Amino acid sequence: MNPIHPKGAVVSTTATRVIVTDRPAKRRLLRSGRPENTFQRPGQRARSRRETAAGYAFLSPWLIGFFGLTAIPMVYSLYLSFTKYNIFQPPKWTGLDNYIRLFTNDPVFVQSAEITLIYVFIGTPITMAAALAVAMLLNFRDSGAGFFRSAFYAPSLIGGSVSVAIVWRAMFSTDGPVDNGLSFFGIDIGGWIGNPAMILPMMILLHVWQFGSTMVIFLAGLKQIPKELYEAAEMDGAGAWRRFTAVTIPMLSPVIFFNLLLGLIGAFQVFTSAYIISNGTGGPAGMTNFITVYLYKRGFSDGQMGYASAIAWVLLVVVAIIAFILFRTQRSWVHYAGDDR
Amino acid sequence: MTSASFTDGTMETIEQEMMPAVPATPRRRVKRKTWQTVIWLVALLIITAVVLYPLIWLFFATFKPNSEFGQNTGLLPENPFFGNYAKVMEGIAGVPMWRFFLNSFILSVAAVIGTVLSSALAAYAFARVQFKGLGIFFAAMIGTLLLPFHVVIIPQYIIFNQLGWVDTYIPLILPKFLATGAFFVFLMVQFMRQMPRDMDEAARIDGAGHFRIFWSIILPLIKPALITCAIFAFIWEWNDFLGPLLYLTSPENYPLPIALRLYNDASSGGADYGATVTASFIALVPILLFFIVFQRFLVDGVATQGLKG
Repeated sequence: MNPIHPKGAVVSTTATRVIVTDRPAKRRLLRSGRPENTFQRPGQRARSRRETAAGYAFLSPWLIGFFGLTAIPMVYSLYLSFTKYNIFQPPKWTGLDNYIRLFTNDPVFVQSAEITLIYVFIGTPITMAAALAVAMLLNFRDSGAGFFRSAFYAPSLIGGSVSVAIVWRAMFSTDGPVDNGLSFFGIDIGGWIGNPAMILPMMILLHVWQFGSTMVIFLAGLKQIPKELYEAAEMDGAGAWRRFTAVTIPMLSPVIFFNLLLGLIGAFQVFTSAYIISNGTGGPAGMTNFITVYLYKRGFSDGQMGYASAIAWVLLVVVAIIAFILFRTQRSWVHYAGDDR
Repeated sequence: MTSASFTDGTMETIEQEMMPAVPATPRRRVKRKTWQTVIWLVALLIITAVVLYPLIWLFFATFKPNSEFGQNTGLLPENPFFGNYAKVMEGIAGVPMWRFFLNSFILSVAAVIGTVLSSALAAYAFARVQFKGLGIFFAAMIGTLLLPFHVVIIPQYIIFNQLGWVDTYIPLILPKFLATGAFFVFLMVQFMRQMPRDMDEAARIDGAGHFRIFWSIILPLIKPALITCAIFAFIWEWNDFLGPLLYLTSPENYPLPIALRLYNDASSGGADYGATVTASFIALVPILLFFIVFQRFLVDGVATQGLKG
């Protein structure tokens, strides 16, 4: 069987693990479902049939939701992505036209993809580094960190709300509080909101501000690392940096993997803050026109449902590739407790 | 990396202090510990101030008259003004503010009921029943955990539009009753798997069926997970912007986030900043109260289950 995680460990940090864990169960199940010999105990088949019926009864709301609201709509949207469709007239098949247009004849999409990738691949690592740094700071002492943990967590609970977007818009406007505060130190930005060069850094800053949920998960992971490991490393003459790279990082790698996976995927879905800060335009100069904003504008403002479906599928494929790469490289850098790797 | 270097720094000072030939007396050790704690506390207080500044700024900004926006960027208003609140209570687009609150409340409560019920049922099937197809559907559920929601908004909109449900709450609430929040299902599966099986096996020998076991044994056992899910379902629905933006068209149906957008759009024409920030603040108040009351549940839920806020 699988190694047992210490109680209270971040069990769900290992999404793959769960799937892997399920395999033996499934195999066992298939075996028990199929009569292997004729000397089977009477009633066993009836019981397994009853179990299956009960399973599907409990699962029925989820099944309806999964097929009705996720699986079938996804297939439908794949079909729509090969059509021209404006919801009023029936979809017209256009083959690969939408995709060809996206990549060869739509500079707005290319820019949108670029700024989204910048936002995701710069914002997520910075957020994770900040989260880990603050988590280590909180973990430095055993007591008294509870208040700070909660205070730092608060922004990630409300960060995606319209209210916060409005606050940030006010704070980062030209001659707003942030601008004035910085000019006190002799730094003159000249406004962030209307400034194409500074709006993306500001959006990343808003992302980093929500480091709290990642930090809380890191902190739980740090608490699981046995103190003896640090003591042993110290005895061997390892300095603080060496202890960080040789003990903390490997022991934390399942948590890092989990945070990285969900962080990257989550960052692709930034919408509300960009929409509110730019008043739904994706401006200035398209610098907040993230892929989700562009998808919304194409599908719901311009009524190009087919084209927007193609954007959605490009997003899906990109996210799937990132998840695939992460799961594939996992073996080489993620260390699970109980493994001898 | 600031805090990492901070820790390094204190480590070094410790070593330096250890250096002198005179062995460290207990009193010196205490003193060193105190200093360490003071530096630690100061660093954390600075981070707290930076992190919470936007919220504190928002609170004080609600007392600034319109004339101070763009002029007074400081924290405190020069002439405290309470008119913003009165103005916001009147509402916008001919709809009073209490109506937006009520709409948000209805949506959030419905989301809580739907999410908790349907997710618990699905989680029980995944965690406690052995049936054909379990492995495949579980993998599918994990898949939807990673699926960007934006991929399905267009087909879902077309379906709900065809059914004539646009500008009703059905497209916003129905998915919650169909366990589409994979996070909640996953969290409850994790919780149920940790529960010992002795009790439900005993109940089964006594002739209890699955529903009985679910209702009388499992649900009471996973109460902490249910509460965590309920709080998150409430807050996420309260904050949800995209769903109402897609489906609701008449102002009297709007929840708070869409009403805030009306304020935001109106103020970009150069008008009412005071009303906009005040409306933003009072929309956050229930969430902040929720957070203060249930912070332990929320933060521990995130910590133990890896649930992202």
